[in-house]
Amino acid sequence: MRNIFAIAQKELKAYFASPIAYVVIGLFALLFGYFYSAILSFFLRQSLQVGQFGFGGPTTINVNQHLIRPLMLQTNFLILIVMPMVTMRSYSEEKRSGTIELLLTSPVSDWHIILGKFAGAMALYGMMLATTLLHIGFLFIYGEPEWMPVAISYVGLLLLGGCFVSVGLLISSMTRNQAVSGIATTLVFLLLWVTPWMADSAGPVTREVLVYLSIIEHFEDFSRGVLDTKHVVYYLSFITFGLFLTAKSVESERWRS
Amino acid sequence: MIEVQHLTKVYGAVTAVDNISFRVEPGEILGLLGPNGAGKTTTMRVLTGYIPATEGKAIVAGFDVFEQPIEAKRRTGYLPETPPLYPEMTVREYLTFVARINGVSSNDRQRLVGSSMERTRVDHIADRHCGKLSKGYRQRVGLAQAIMHNPDVLILDEPTAGLDPKQIIETRELIKGLAGDHTIILSTHILPEVSQTCQRIVIINRGVVVAEDKPDNLTARLRGAETVSLQIDAGSADPASALLAVDGVTSVTVNSQDSGVVSAEVETVQGRDLRRDLARTVVTNGWGLLELKSMRMSLEEIFLDLTTEEIEPEHENPDWKNTDQAESGTTNA
Repeated sequence: MRNIFAIAQKELKAYFASPIAYVVIGLFALLFGYFYSAILSFFLRQSLQVGQFGFGGPTTINVNQHLIRPLMLQTNFLILIVMPMVTMRSYSEEKRSGTIELLLTSPVSDWHIILGKFAGAMALYGMMLATTLLHIGFLFIYGEPEWMPVAISYVGLLLLGGCFVSVGLLISSMTRNQAVSGIATTLVFLLLWVTPWMADSAGPVTREVLVYLSIIEHFEDFSRGVLDTKHVVYYLSFITFGLFLTAKSVESERWRS
Repeated sequence: MIEVQHLTKVYGAVTAVDNISFRVEPGEILGLLGPNGAGKTTTMRVLTGYIPATEGKAIVAGFDVFEQPIEAKRRTGYLPETPPLYPEMTVREYLTFVARINGVSSNDRQRLVGSSMERTRVDHIADRHCGKLSKGYRQRVGLAQAIMHNPDVLILDEPTAGLDPKQIIETRELIKGLAGDHTIILSTHILPEVSQTCQRIVIINRGVVVAEDKPDNLTARLRGAETVSLQIDAGSADPASALLAVDGVTSVTVNSQDSGVVSAEVETVQGRDLRRDLARTVVTNGWGLLELKSMRMSLEEIFLDLTTEEIEPEHENPDWKNTDQAESGTTNA
């Protein structure tokens, strides 16, 4: 555990020593701010219309369902854009500079290194998500959203981010070129993103399989504020599998190097 | 302390290390010598657990590198060919990180980091970023990380590469100072470094151990016979036959004869020092002894002898050989 913490700290420091952390957090905050203001404007227009015309139903609309939920769904896409920048250097840079030799000849297991890198990337991701709390905080000041669905959405975002990080680490462990790692990670993330679209044109059985495999589909319930263990298990299994493949990739590199 | 048994490492169709075996005793400094691509770095990487061997066994500080890698690594300090530094960290932060992943307790961390910086003389640049260091300082910080947790075994891949002459001397002294407490394997291309630093040498060529001994024994063994060079003022006399008559002399080669001064090389049987007998013969005959010295094969010669391909017979020039023989005027016993 001590080794994992030391490596995670080292990773986090490396992010902040280069422009990566600032670019990633800044870009994410900027895009999130844009989506927040766009969805908020739409929500306000909708609220006015409902308040004025009523349509025979309730005179207010639910903040959680009509503002926070669409915002969280958009956040998925933001993660897809910025996460490759977080993971692309993880192993690639160590391999390029030769520092991987230090880690692999130190008395730490491959799993300690992988979990340390995973924890470091997740810590940066956590900081990214923390910037959104400011926006959500305003909703609590000026509105009355329920906090539980919001908390569950954040749990979902963390798990979803964990999946992206595990895939990013795997790809980074396969190359010593950061650019190749970043581009390949983005492409794989896009593939994961469009899986539900492919499902639409597939047969019933394939459709069911593709929908189940889609990491975005599993986020739907989290965005509604529903904490379903099957989705939690899915995400945790996905992360474990991604990290397992990373461990195998590092091991195979030892045999090849 | 280190035992390598029938170690083989194959990369696809290339055999980098082919069935090599050697031992390093506790406190000893072993020099690993060989041309580029000989298999030195591969051997060191296997010993540090960085890469697995295809076959064979490696035991470091009593632990099998493949069966108990964590225990073996805990007792090993390793300086790779390129010092593995994180450019964004200061020297102190870097060494503290290395201490942490080597399991040094927080109580000892500061002391060991300070002591390693002091021993490698990088304490005055402790707060400088590793990315901003010169090649020499990078090498020294790399050495500091290798010795920092006080390991039983040190594996140093070209530890003086890129250092200036003063730093080279300092680093050699440091390495010599570490022997005794640590068992050291170091690889180098600088041959005088091996004779000055190492107690024993293993010469590797094309993944195979071609020689293993103390530097002095290697020079004697590879020469096959001792050679003594003489310069004698013999006037009109021919000293070759008198020298050949000395017991133990196998051949006398007269290299030059000018105004009564004869330069000759006398080959003697291996393991006998005939310098006194030769001097006595010269003096007894009333000749002047201008020079007498024992000629030893240099490490460079040994290295080239063992690692350079022999010239194919069809490429040899028989005329050159004959000319050499004719000019040298060798007399055999």
